[in-house]
Amino acid sequence: MTEPSHDELARVVRDHAGRLAAALIPLVGDFAAAEDLVQDAVEAALTHWPVEGIPDRPDGWLYTVARRRGLDRLRRDRRHRTKLALVAWPAEPEPDDRLRLIFTCCHPALPRTAQIALTLRVVCGLTTAQIAKAFLVPGTTVAQRITRAKRKISDAGIPYRIPDPDELGGRLDDVLAVIYLLFNEGYLPSSRTHTADRDLTDDAEFLAALLHQLMPAEAEVMGLLALIRLHHARAAARFGPAGEIIQLPAQDRSQWDHDAIAEAGQLIARAAALRRPGPYQLQAAIVACHAEAKRWDDTDWTQIVVLYDMLLYLAPSPVTRLHRAIALRYVSGPRAALAELGALAHDLEDYHLFHATLAELLRDLDRRDEARAADERALRLTSNPAEQDLLRQRLA
Amino acid sequence: MKYVLMFVDTEQFAAELAGLDEVERERAYGRVQQWFAEHADKITHHRKLLDPETATTVRLDGGEPMVTDGPFVEGKEVVSGYAEIDVADLDEALRVAKSWPACPIVEIRPIAG
Repeated sequence: MTEPSHDELARVVRDHAGRLAAALIPLVGDFAAAEDLVQDAVEAALTHWPVEGIPDRPDGWLYTVARRRGLDRLRRDRRHRTKLALVAWPAEPEPDDRLRLIFTCCHPALPRTAQIALTLRVVCGLTTAQIAKAFLVPGTTVAQRITRAKRKISDAGIPYRIPDPDELGGRLDDVLAVIYLLFNEGYLPSSRTHTADRDLTDDAEFLAALLHQLMPAEAEVMGLLALIRLHHARAAARFGPAGEIIQLPAQDRSQWDHDAIAEAGQLIARAAALRRPGPYQLQAAIVACHAEAKRWDDTDWTQIVVLYDMLLYLAPSPVTRLHRAIALRYVSGPRAALAELGALAHDLEDYHLFHATLAELLRDLDRRDEARAADERALRLTSNPAEQDLLRQRLA
Repeated sequence: MKYVLMFVDTEQFAAELAGLDEVERERAYGRVQQWFAEHADKITHHRKLLDPETATTVRLDGGEPMVTDGPFVEGKEVVSGYAEIDVADLDEALRVAKSWPACPIVEIRPIAG
């Protein structure tokens, strides 16, 4: 066996941890206890696999460890022990039960931070330490969130099941929101350079793909998956050799993964054919407009502004209006875009991108002193090192 | 599982209720009665409480018990009644709570044991 790479290890754990959790919960009859066993097994895998290599049947390996720990831990509960002792990990994969797992982790009765931590731990097999590192919070904070969430699941009677059809839409929105937040955190971390050993956008893509596989007829799931894949397809061109941000006009488009972009485009088209438009599909369509342009000058800004109008109709937000204004600059000029920004000044006064955009428009109009003041304001408002560098360059 | 639904009034809701005419108020009460009838198989018991102005609070954390007029927290949101329900899980409790036709906030608490 060869020593597995970091990514391979993450991928195998991700592929199997959630399945194991989904199989153990009904068996043990207790979400929290089963989840602890999975976490034990994952920790053991992360200790053994880097040295011994990944076993031929990682699922069976994880199950054996979890079962052994379970028999140990559940000494007091004979019912659980007996069940665990009797059952062997099936040679053929079980029907995929991870959808129940996802909906339980993202239950609206849990706070969003707990939904995120629980989903990462239970469905993606991250350890508490990995989650803490990815979000730059103390491990004890994450552990506490998970403990509280698991206690609430059991004490408050949060069910382990897929919501009824009449609730599914709203509940799916929660799941999508969790995946989207993970993706955003990974895409542009709020407070660190992109050196963390765990790329949360990979976990977000895994979750979106899993959800798409389990709910193939949901247009918004397809939209979110396409959105994430479009960003992934262009990731290589986003940063320079020193980790500096390369903005879209200057990116080397030959570094983009054009096959992946084409596939994401097909996914968006299949979603659109379902005729249930939604915010994620529209965001994906906007990103696709950029990704499908051969050169910066070929960007279809008129189409982008139309898509932003649709997005604003479905999900009004000042940040979306800001992005529409940025697009409008290339259709109607900087003066028109600046007028749009005027209306947003109050809502977005603490948002760095608002001031950075303002600075660009003012520079276009040759109002250099005001532009500089806006860039300085933007610099004070962002904590992301790569963005800080970009703004410092503009100010230099 | 058993839960208590705590019905919470707000100042705004109380003002709206006070502003209703006789017919509208009857209709509002009718909707509440209908809700109790619809969920009768799940409701084990329920009570409406009198206004917070009628509340008396006893504090026992000092030396002597201290009796004061009014609710234990002065707030714009006050518990005005409760219903105990017996349902399968939190989702079913949520379904019952979401259909509540009167005051604007319902807190769901599982019963211990």
